[in-house]
Amino acid sequence: MTIKIVEQDFDPWQEIQSYQNAANMMAGQYGATSVFVGTMRDFNECDDVKGMTLEHYPGMTEKQLGQILAEAQQRWPIIETLVMHRVGVLYPNEPIVLVAVWTSHRGDAFDACRYIMEALKSRAPFWKKEMLTSDQERWVLKNTDGYKRANLPAE
Amino acid sequence: MSIKVRYFASLKESLGRKEDVKAYTGDISIRELWLICVPEMPLTDNILAAINMEYADPDAIVNDGDEVAFFPPITGGRT
Repeated sequence: MTIKIVEQDFDPWQEIQSYQNAANMMAGQYGATSVFVGTMRDFNECDDVKGMTLEHYPGMTEKQLGQILAEAQQRWPIIETLVMHRVGVLYPNEPIVLVAVWTSHRGDAFDACRYIMEALKSRAPFWKKEMLTSDQERWVLKNTDGYKRANLPAE
Repeated sequence: MSIKVRYFASLKESLGRKEDVKAYTGDISIRELWLICVPEMPLTDNILAAINMEYADPDAIVNDGDEVAFFPPITGGRT
């Protein structure tokens, strides 16, 4: 299980490939890989966006993500997990977040990946400030309710 | 000893500073600490708090040497 907070643009597919090659996953054990990649859009709330600054709380981010991954591991038989998140200045089309989960079977991979992503969105301390094409800057206020308990698979 | 108080994102910008350090003078709640640090602004539901990087209620008690943070709701976006 690996958590990386990065300040530079990254290629999620390359990261998955090298992680899969390097991690001690015992080839033949995993039968399912579920991947979520979040990418920066060039529009939000009807405005054109040219860039974004992602601020976070160093230390708390890693602590919260670590707890989320530990919860997911208790819930599903996960073989490996890779979570990456950008901070700093981002431009449209750059990846913001990557969640990859390796399990034996597909159901666990899909469910654990969704759980980690929704928990990240509701608990990891990241804040977005958008730069509009009009040169105006604004903090994004919309936040998520997170993953409703009703949506979670039964324990 | 002391308590370190940190501010993030839009809250940091509106206060014009990123942290305060307060002398520890006994047990104090998050709500009371906010009143000492930011008397000009009420502690609303739109401001979240953490003690030592764990989310905390306004009534939670802050101990000597703790790091407290105040920040706006995190940007989660649409599902």
